[in-house]
Amino acid sequence: MGILEVKGVGKRFGGLHALSDVNLSVKENTVHAIIGPNGAGKSTLLNCFVGKLIPDTGSVMFDGQSVLGRKPHEINQMGISRVFQTPEIFSDLTVLENMMIPCFAQRDGAFSMAAYADMMKDKDIVGRAEAELEAMNMADKREMNAASMSRGDKRRLEIAMCLSQQPRLLLLDEPTAGMARADTNNTIDLLKQIKEERDITIAIIEHDMHVVFSLAERITVLAQGTPLVEDVPDNIKGHPKVREAYLGETQVAA
Amino acid sequence: MFGLNTKDTRLLILVAILVVLAPFILNPFPENSAMAQFNAGYPDLMQRFVIFGIFAIGFNILFGLTGYLSFGHAAFLGVGSYAAIWMMKLLTMNVVPAIILSVVFAGLFSLLVGWISLRRSGIYFSILTLAFAQMSYSLAYSVLTPITGGETGLQPKLNDPRILDGALAEGATPKANLFGLEMGASYELGIGGWLFTLNAGYYIAGVLMLASFYLAIRIFRSPFGMMLRAVKSNQQRMNYTGLNSKPYTLAAFVISGMYAGLAGGLMVAMDTQAGPERMFWTVGGEVVLMTILGGAGTLIGPVLGAGMIKYMENIISKINSKILHEWFAFMPDGVEDFIVNILYPFIGKGWHLTLGLIFMAVVIFLPGGLVEGGQRIARLFGRGKKASEKDASGKTTPAE
Ligand SMILES: Nc1ncnc2c1ncn2[C@@H]1O[C@H](COP(=O)(O)OP(=O)(O)OP(=O)(O)O)[C@@H](O)[C@H]1O
Ligand SMILES: [Mg+2]
Repeated sequence: MGILEVKGVGKRFGGLHALSDVNLSVKENTVHAIIGPNGAGKSTLLNCFVGKLIPDTGSVMFDGQSVLGRKPHEINQMGISRVFQTPEIFSDLTVLENMMIPCFAQRDGAFSMAAYADMMKDKDIVGRAEAELEAMNMADKREMNAASMSRGDKRRLEIAMCLSQQPRLLLLDEPTAGMARADTNNTIDLLKQIKEERDITIAIIEHDMHVVFSLAERITVLAQGTPLVEDVPDNIKGHPKVREAYLGETQVAA
Repeated sequence: MFGLNTKDTRLLILVAILVVLAPFILNPFPENSAMAQFNAGYPDLMQRFVIFGIFAIGFNILFGLTGYLSFGHAAFLGVGSYAAIWMMKLLTMNVVPAIILSVVFAGLFSLLVGWISLRRSGIYFSILTLAFAQMSYSLAYSVLTPITGGETGLQPKLNDPRILDGALAEGATPKANLFGLEMGASYELGIGGWLFTLNAGYYIAGVLMLASFYLAIRIFRSPFGMMLRAVKSNQQRMNYTGLNSKPYTLAAFVISGMYAGLAGGLMVAMDTQAGPERMFWTVGGEVVLMTILGGAGTLIGPVLGAGMIKYMENIISKINSKILHEWFAFMPDGVEDFIVNILYPFIGKGWHLTLGLIFMAVVIFLPGGLVEGGQRIARLFGRGKKASEKDASGKTTPAE
């Protein structure tokens, strides 16, 4: 049994079958990549995990519990954190405040009416936020306004925010899309480091095959809404079906 | 001190000093001088300063922190007023129950309005709140006349039950009081040509304003306050971080509604009357202007904005062409008439025009309101001395 079990998931948008009969099992403490050509349904599938979309058919179980019908904040509280394609952070707040919010969410739950306490005097939360910044080499930026950071740093901050909640499953949707090579390599190193240092399961959607083959332990190839193959990276590389799906896309061969 | 950091403590103490000394600070001109009409240190106006200050402080907790722009907060002011006046009719002329109940009723009503309006965000939320306020206004005017007194509104009458008070003597008027201290009671202090009025009602409202301000600072610095800023900054990230943004926004809405109710209750405590015009949408619009003018999302901004608008409403509107002619009498006749004619549309009833121009100038040149203006001036003076230190420390301030 994987930590995330997807069975027979289907999703239609009007006449378009974005997903049909998707089965997927993500094993605990592995990095599982989902790849596929544009419009294959990767983002749609991810959105079904986090409560943004509800599939028409099938089931999505996280750690033995169904996530279907739950709100995004409830699913996060179950232990799933999500990193977005364009970094979603609290731009108007400082870096430290950005880190404190997920810590509060994890400790105090989805809503807490702590309107009279001084947040900076909460040693537990400030300490955790600072430790996480330290671990991500961002301690020097703590007073900075999050909006004024570089794109690479925003991505780093977003990942740090997700990790500070000690999620059991981290979902990443094209975390290096639109990044320069140097930033992409930094992100790969960061994710490798996270994988080594923590007990965490990572599911990653990615276009960049360099990223996929540097990180993934298992790969699922999605095409036209259905999984074509699921295997270890070495077997995916030369797989004829995969070449077919990516016809004309030279990235796989590279 | 008081659980605040040094900077906030300093701000609170500064505001407290200003509130205590306002009767003196606002009356800088001798009674008989030509400038005496710029004196704002009379009880009626000072009461309005602090009461609208409370209204704006509360509104800022919703609008300044979460970014949800309500045009309907006049409704809560009105509900607070009606609740207070009924307490004065049924229970006692002591303002304590009136004020407490005004907060409670405004809180309950804002819970209902907020619960419905917060199903939408952005402009749709604003329109919904506006619709609620206008509905409340029309209802107070028509169907609810038995409760609201319709167009004439409500005043305490001699024959009201007032079960906690003893019967009043025939011909006496019921007066609002705090355990016997009448709101209208004033101590007049004449020093030379100056006359200062220390009014009980003003100081009671002032103390409540300080308490409201203190509470607002606590909210701003709390985890709850940070979540409200998170609502404004990125609701999507917030929800995917395991936080339910709905109850946070609703709580902010209800808190600001309670502040509005307190303001409404205090208005009744001062003038012992309530009418539907307090629910008119322009009243809700006024508090929006105050907050933006002073600086939305800042601590002191809404208070400054409220003070500025109330000052202009009362002082500029009193200037007439005769006064203008007096001022410019030293000029040659033709020039004098010319200047008076140009200025005339901006004074008296034209004070709205002046306010509009100031408001536009602030929004365009000082998006952070008067507070930003103050910060810029402070920086201008601080630059000469501190520029070298700042460069050395290498700290970059984020670009706006
Ligand atoms: N909300 C929606 N309404 C209608 N159609 C949608 C919606 N979301 C996605 N689609 C369609 O569903 C299909 C799958 O889209 P999806 O975004 O999941 O693909 P993807 O694999 O993530 O592609 P990419 O690599 O370009 O990100 C596409 O044809 C897309 O146009
Ligand atoms: Mg996608």
